[in-house]
Amino acid sequence: MSSIGTGYDLSASTYSPDGRIFQIEYANKAVENAGTVIGIRTKDGVILAAQKLLDSKLLVSGTAKRILTADMHIGMASAGLRADGKHLQTRAREECKNYRDNYMSPIPLKHLSDRLGSYLNAYTLYSSVRPFGISTVISSCDKNGPQLYAIEPSGLYWGYQATAIGKGKQLAQTELEKLNFDELSMRQAVFEAARIIHLVHDPTKDKGFELEISWIGKDSQYKHVHVPAQLYDEANELGKTQAESGRMQE
Amino acid sequence: MNMSNNFTSWGRPFTDAKMDMYGGDVTQRYQLGAQQMTVPDDKFSEGVQKTQQPIVTGTSVIGLKFKDGIMLAADNLASYGSLARFKDIQRLYGVGSNTIIGAAGDMSDFQHVQHQLDTLITDEYCHDDGHSLGPAQIYEYMSTLMYHRRSQLNPLWNAFVVGGVDPKSGESTLAYVDLLGTTYSAPTIGTGYASMIAIPLLRRLVEDRQEPLNKEDALDIIKTCMKVLFYRDARSLNKFQVATITKEGSEISQSMSVDTEWGFAEGIRGYGGQTQ
Amino acid sequence: MDLRSAMTHADAQRLKKGEVNLGTSIMAVEFEGGVVIGADSRTTMGSYIANRVTDKLTHIHDRIYCCRSGSAADTQAVADIVAYHLSMFSVQQGERPNTHTAAALFNQLCYGNKDRLSAGIIVAGYDKENGGSVYNIPLGGGMFKQPWAIGGSGSTYVYGYCDATYKDGMNKDETVHFVKNTLALAMSRDGSSGGTIRMCVITDDGVQRLFVPGNELPQFWEPQVNVNKPAHQLAMEAEGDIMVH
Repeated sequence: MSSIGTGYDLSASTYSPDGRIFQIEYANKAVENAGTVIGIRTKDGVILAAQKLLDSKLLVSGTAKRILTADMHIGMASAGLRADGKHLQTRAREECKNYRDNYMSPIPLKHLSDRLGSYLNAYTLYSSVRPFGISTVISSCDKNGPQLYAIEPSGLYWGYQATAIGKGKQLAQTELEKLNFDELSMRQAVFEAARIIHLVHDPTKDKGFELEISWIGKDSQYKHVHVPAQLYDEANELGKTQAESGRMQE
Repeated sequence: MNMSNNFTSWGRPFTDAKMDMYGGDVTQRYQLGAQQMTVPDDKFSEGVQKTQQPIVTGTSVIGLKFKDGIMLAADNLASYGSLARFKDIQRLYGVGSNTIIGAAGDMSDFQHVQHQLDTLITDEYCHDDGHSLGPAQIYEYMSTLMYHRRSQLNPLWNAFVVGGVDPKSGESTLAYVDLLGTTYSAPTIGTGYASMIAIPLLRRLVEDRQEPLNKEDALDIIKTCMKVLFYRDARSLNKFQVATITKEGSEISQSMSVDTEWGFAEGIRGYGGQTQ
Repeated sequence: MDLRSAMTHADAQRLKKGEVNLGTSIMAVEFEGGVVIGADSRTTMGSYIANRVTDKLTHIHDRIYCCRSGSAADTQAVADIVAYHLSMFSVQQGERPNTHTAAALFNQLCYGNKDRLSAGIIVAGYDKENGGSVYNIPLGGGMFKQPWAIGGSGSTYVYGYCDATYKDGMNKDETVHFVKNTLALAMSRDGSSGGTIRMCVITDDGVQRLFVPGNELPQFWEPQVNVNKPAHQLAMEAEGDIMVH
């Protein structure tokens, strides 16, 4: 970013002379520094994968998950400030519950995206608050089929065939674009995601990480769950090997 | 306020309010002379009236413990007074994967409870902490809910049977909770008519049994009870479902019916000396 | 036959506590050469089925029967009195009484004691003068001659069916079919009716008894039960398999 500061970056309710809101752009910086998150929408379901960077070797493995659940049929993974991600889950949970209470049916992901988008956007309008330092990928599979959305700190949200956010976004997106989504099954996508997460990680430079993968679709009885341990281990190992051999060739 | 758990005293829709089914005042519409029944004035009619009465109702639920778990049954009828109004109502409901509840009494209250339990299960699911709610926890929640509502003088007009098997310990739960917040657990349970008609049968066939009770025999016992209830309960239907919960999980059956015996009645004539 | 709940409200109000009431489905239909009467077999106290094989077709005389609804005690007492009078009548006159005569006696008793009785009675019979005939004596004690009559708590559910189905000039078999179907429909909706169907075909030749066991009743449309799943699963699978864009 060329012009930083100059007094127009102290409030989310103030534009810069060239029409930008710096606080939102800074929020995006928080996202870009975070571990990579990938979402892939296949013909029979949606998967989420996250690279949970380990701040300490003393952390108990398998705890403090990055992929969260907002309803039986909704998964979400945020890149950015972890606390903001947890907060957004709480909000998403309320939205899902209210929708069920009012309409006696599960919330469509399109609707949830819109609600969360509006929520995030509200935090870009006032001087008293800061925008959320997260981008969030949300997944679902219901009677409307598999769905995948990503919400940005500005409140903008987009529907995707596949997307990546966070540190490894560029490389991950390049890899995702190579996939044949007409053929790809949800199970295959688990392997692709594991491979890509390992690929964007540089073991010599980056902190250690833990891979997380969740799915929702026929294979998971249309519930959002972390993939079964056996599949996880398989995908994790294969992903690691593929990424290593990929790097060797370079 | 009539809050008896004996559902035969629950009365018909609207009669407590001195109204007939069409909203008319019974005492004014029918001038029956000397025999006219006078409905006493309700001194509290101006006050807040929360305690209602059941309108669309389901009859008995039965449950028993067998070797591998719990079996419950309830018929598919929801009555409106004496009208057999809905014949495809399911009164057994799965809560999580190891618990099933059966409901007697008001069906709107039952639907409300179903929604509450769904919310509870979904909340628990979203925590994603490796824990899930088993039958003992569901039962605790239900009894707290029912006691809370009766303490607000706004009871949920039901009697519930909660059945389930804890998937980890294999321990089975069969318990009862009603509109008063009354709770108990036993190897055989019946609500309403079943507590009078089916329980004696269940005690003999289940509790007095010497050898372990397997699933097939348990189903036979359930069917026997449902048959007798159909014979003797004027708000019952010969179309019912059976729920089975074992350590492996829970299942609610398709609707079934039992064979009934009427042939002996063909030769019966009149009420006394009549022969033709 | 049933206790407090069935029948009209006026009737329900007049039943004494604990009294056995015939919350019933009863019916009588004239046809050329006779009459068909029918009833369910349920007697209730409240919602308890005190007798599931009751015979509600009450013999009054050789070719006269009645179907009783309301209080079991009241209607039995009235029927016994009418039967007594008709037996005296036939001995004294040396001939069988007309159906109208029986109905008139019921009428006298029911109207004269209207404040004390809860009785809804359908009188049906055959006589040489009039052929088959049906008289309805409902709650207030009035007497109404009808080509067909239905009564009891179950009848309220089948007036529409009867209006739509009854035709003048039906033969015996058609009439029996009509009565059987009507009662089965009433019994299926009315909790105070049920059990078996008993019918009598009354003609010059005599009285023919017909019996339909409770497990062989005519079947009509009933909703299918779709076995439920927890709401979250149900809604998600509502459209069957998922739709792929």
